[in-house]
Amino acid sequence: MARRATERSLRGRVAVVGIGQTDYYRHGASPDPEFKLALKAILAACADAGIDPRDIDGFASYSDDRSEASRLAAALGIHRLRSATMQWGGGGGGCCAAVANAAASIVAGLSDCVVVFRSLAQGQYGRFGQTDGIDTISGEKAYLMPYGVLAPPQRFAMRVRRYMHEHGVRQEALRAIALASYHHAQSNPRAVMHGKPLDAAKYDASRWIVEPFHLYDCCMENDGAAALLLVSEERAKDFRQKPAYVLGAAFGSGHRTGASPHNSPLYASASFDTVAPDLYRMAGVGPTDVGVVQAYENFTGGVAMALSEHGFFRAEEANEFLTLDNLIAPSGRLPLNTSGGNLAECYMHGFELVLEAVRQVRGTSTSQAKRSDVALVIGGPMVTPASNLLLGSEAVL
Amino acid sequence: MSAKVDGLYLPSGLPIPAAEPDGLSAPYWTGLRENRLLVQRCARCRTWQFGPEWICHHCHAFDVEWTEVEPRGRVFSWERVWHPSHAALKKHGPYLAVLVELPQAGGVRMVGNLLGDPMQTVEIGAEVEGIFEHHHDCISPYSLLQWRLC
Repeated sequence: MARRATERSLRGRVAVVGIGQTDYYRHGASPDPEFKLALKAILAACADAGIDPRDIDGFASYSDDRSEASRLAAALGIHRLRSATMQWGGGGGGCCAAVANAAASIVAGLSDCVVVFRSLAQGQYGRFGQTDGIDTISGEKAYLMPYGVLAPPQRFAMRVRRYMHEHGVRQEALRAIALASYHHAQSNPRAVMHGKPLDAAKYDASRWIVEPFHLYDCCMENDGAAALLLVSEERAKDFRQKPAYVLGAAFGSGHRTGASPHNSPLYASASFDTVAPDLYRMAGVGPTDVGVVQAYENFTGGVAMALSEHGFFRAEEANEFLTLDNLIAPSGRLPLNTSGGNLAECYMHGFELVLEAVRQVRGTSTSQAKRSDVALVIGGPMVTPASNLLLGSEAVL
Repeated sequence: MSAKVDGLYLPSGLPIPAAEPDGLSAPYWTGLRENRLLVQRCARCRTWQFGPEWICHHCHAFDVEWTEVEPRGRVFSWERVWHPSHAALKKHGPYLAVLVELPQAGGVRMVGNLLGDPMQTVEIGAEVEGIFEHHHDCISPYSLLQWRLC
């Protein structure tokens, strides 16, 4: 008999049993080619789990990752390839959706052991923050680039400016988000900004990239790779590490979010107006149950929007909520980006955030939150499709 | 800051806008070259639509008509750009981009530059009027729509 639609869920059906990453580098500093970085991260995840890499039978990624599933399958000599999913568009908005797609393929019986990964060497293939050439352009870019709205900082600053205008959000709220990432990076030896602390005065004195973004409101550009291994819950305890179960995942965006150029009806939004309720519904938890959050910082303003849309505060309360004390582990109200995130650990297109959520559930973060049985990841804000993910320990199943 | 050349707000050398191979936005770009601002409006349900699409998002009528609208609006948001993200902008200095809402065209929005002092104070809600900026000196001539305070 067919299950009722309300029973369709990822909740507790799959678990992350391995994580791995390469060293993280400044853009251009990786000694390894991008594909080799992908292989290293995948093998590290397998070693973490204690699994033979040949037992991988699926790959999932996002943002048109260049390390293709079939090439990986051949290079690693896996026995057979059974799923290969690529999340459409959205840049770092897909970092959680890739996990959801992999989880769905396992729950549906298409595959048993799926690697989710992102490999990105901006030094080898071009930086996201720079454009060049005078080629003709069409579509959305044609309405933006001739006016100097070229790279992501310029594409998102007007959204954040409008949000600040509508809700009275001050620069200090954005600053607190940057300070939290840098604070946590100082405890994390993997972090590119480890040993490079940031304080309020340094933030205030930093140059504008595009108002309202100072230098430290913008993510880094890096080289590296990160990967995780997903298996079904029946096998979750067969491996070395404490499993981190998928409690829920969601992706997409609301009505006409993709209306370009800059014509989405809910303009001053991170695109989670429909996606956040979907996530909480599947996971069966609410914002007060969440102990720790990894929220994708393309720009700090997007984090402020995304946290608000996930119910941690109303937009009008952003100035009161977004303070450094509230955002740091172990005991802030909502420890945020506990590895240093895109701003200060590594811009691995948000996938480093997913790995950090796994560490929080395991209890192995370098900035462990006091409450970490329910760990939230929020993918790239202000894009479509956006995505999010809730991981949890066995105790919350 | 470099001097403005030929009355252009930004230096030449930035990417050149063109219609897609399928011609979807061709009436818009052709209109700008003729000092006319064209926006899609559905002939069946009267819904405004920008950017253009082959179908009306409200009633699903195909081949949405183009209607000329007066190039005036109000600032919906703005940004002052300092970091040059393109070789053509190196050493240029800050410039202003604005998102302009057109109340007379269903509130559709379009991005342009705000002419005048790049350090001017910009108010969300300020009334602006459009100025057609013609680029003749390139392989494929085109025109932009810029804005200035009324």
